[in-house]
Amino acid sequence: MVKHAKPKGFYDQFLRKAPEGGPAAGTTHYCPGCGHGTVHKLIAEAIEDMNIKDRTIFLSPVGCSVFAYYYMDAGNIQCAHGRAPAVGTGASRTREDAIVISYQGDGDLAGIGTAEIIHAANRGENMAVFFVNNAIYGMTGGQLAPTTLLGQTTATTPFGRLEEREGKPIHMAEVVSTLEGPVYVERTTLSDARGVMKTRKAIRKALLNQVEHRGFSFVEILSPCPIGWKMAPVQARSWMKDNLEPVYEVKQFRNIEDKIRKSGRLPEADDAALLDMLVPKMEETALETSILDSEKRIKIAGFGGQGVLSAGTLLANAAIAEGLEATWLPSYGAEMRGGTANASVVLSSLPVGSPVVSSPTALLAMNGPSLDSFESAVVPGGLIVVNSSLVKRKVDRDDVRVIYAPVSAIASEVGFLKGANIVMLALYLFESGAPGIDALKSVLPKLIKKSELVELNLKLIKRAEEFYAAV
Amino acid sequence: MTGNHVIVDADLCKSCRVCVETCPNHCLEIGSEINALGYQAVRFDSEKCTACGLCFYVCPEPGVLTVIKGDVK
Repeated sequence: MVKHAKPKGFYDQFLRKAPEGGPAAGTTHYCPGCGHGTVHKLIAEAIEDMNIKDRTIFLSPVGCSVFAYYYMDAGNIQCAHGRAPAVGTGASRTREDAIVISYQGDGDLAGIGTAEIIHAANRGENMAVFFVNNAIYGMTGGQLAPTTLLGQTTATTPFGRLEEREGKPIHMAEVVSTLEGPVYVERTTLSDARGVMKTRKAIRKALLNQVEHRGFSFVEILSPCPIGWKMAPVQARSWMKDNLEPVYEVKQFRNIEDKIRKSGRLPEADDAALLDMLVPKMEETALETSILDSEKRIKIAGFGGQGVLSAGTLLANAAIAEGLEATWLPSYGAEMRGGTANASVVLSSLPVGSPVVSSPTALLAMNGPSLDSFESAVVPGGLIVVNSSLVKRKVDRDDVRVIYAPVSAIASEVGFLKGANIVMLALYLFESGAPGIDALKSVLPKLIKKSELVELNLKLIKRAEEFYAAV
Repeated sequence: MTGNHVIVDADLCKSCRVCVETCPNHCLEIGSEINALGYQAVRFDSEKCTACGLCFYVCPEPGVLTVIKGDVK
């Protein structure tokens, strides 16, 4: 009877590799004596024996094993370099019954994707990670990897890895086992038959953890790269015994068997709850729909903290309340306060084509730098409202209408300096007429949560009205 | 063949010798013929096979070796 034969976890013929068939479709693309083939075989055998082929999602990494999807007869996703644990997080969370296998090399996992593996492990994602460590970047020609041994010569360390220059090798199984998320962490080796059989056991254990929803399993497999190491396959295996294994201790780091990861989807808000949370309640208003002859493009600019962005949202919402189309586009620096900020608001009776305001029909300049930046961009015949409390100079242009208004001083007199933006906005509304001031008053209570602030703002609008009447 | 033995798909072998070195009873050896891939494939020629499967597991290629457990009388 057949005791061991090509496992059914593999495709019968590797037609993705060799569509023409023949011997090329029966072999892997790996070099003679490569460890990847052995690990593939152990995984394929476990998939067959555990009868999980139809729900296995195999994540191919970048590296020599990028083509694992040529061979594994399962669901396959080829992931960006190092990002397999992130893809696996998505796969295992959306497909609860999926057996997610993240197959990664050392350049991929310990170099380029260090962040991904650490955080997936820390979250204890339900996936099995098979980390094939051959101590170099094999596919690209044997360059130094984070796992390269001290003194080991590679394409990029021709005189050997030096601690002072490249640091010491990273021990990923040890790193992962410092985290509380993983349930199973083990390092095995392919240097001899005994090591291969222990690796077989570890792979099965990790997949069983998947079947039983225990969480995150991590198996680091020391694996030969005869071509990259410039050795014959048998010699590469004895080099592993003499050099790799003394540095990378082959042992089990963790095995928690009584933990079951909570299954079921994580709590999440439905669409109605999200809308409720994010969209202000806008009941039908009695406002008349206004008609704009042409698009209005307003640039509101000032220091961060002056409320230029809020003034923009108020303006856009007031316009929407009057049945206009509106866009609001904020622009600000990295600072939450004190930097420069501006809001671009476009209002129209027709759908707005672009939210970008490069030639404003109106500029509301809350400070000097804003006037300096945008004065020349205002269209001829446009409007500039200047906060004369802060801007000491006059506008150079003579082809625009200018209102000098000490909006900061007005707000300060009311005892609410932060309301300067409302004074500014109200002045614009009085001047432009659409949307009207009633639209602003109607949206204020919906956008400003504190009722006492609504009162203050209404008071500020009143003061703005008095000021505008006097201009 | 009725005893324990290993069937070699010679055209798939890459001649890495790992199975040759692994077999406890030295049942495998590298042959002299060159296969379709340009390698000298391994061949099985022994009465001492126990069908332990170690050659199968250490072999990096999926389909080169098939281990047969013979009829035990």
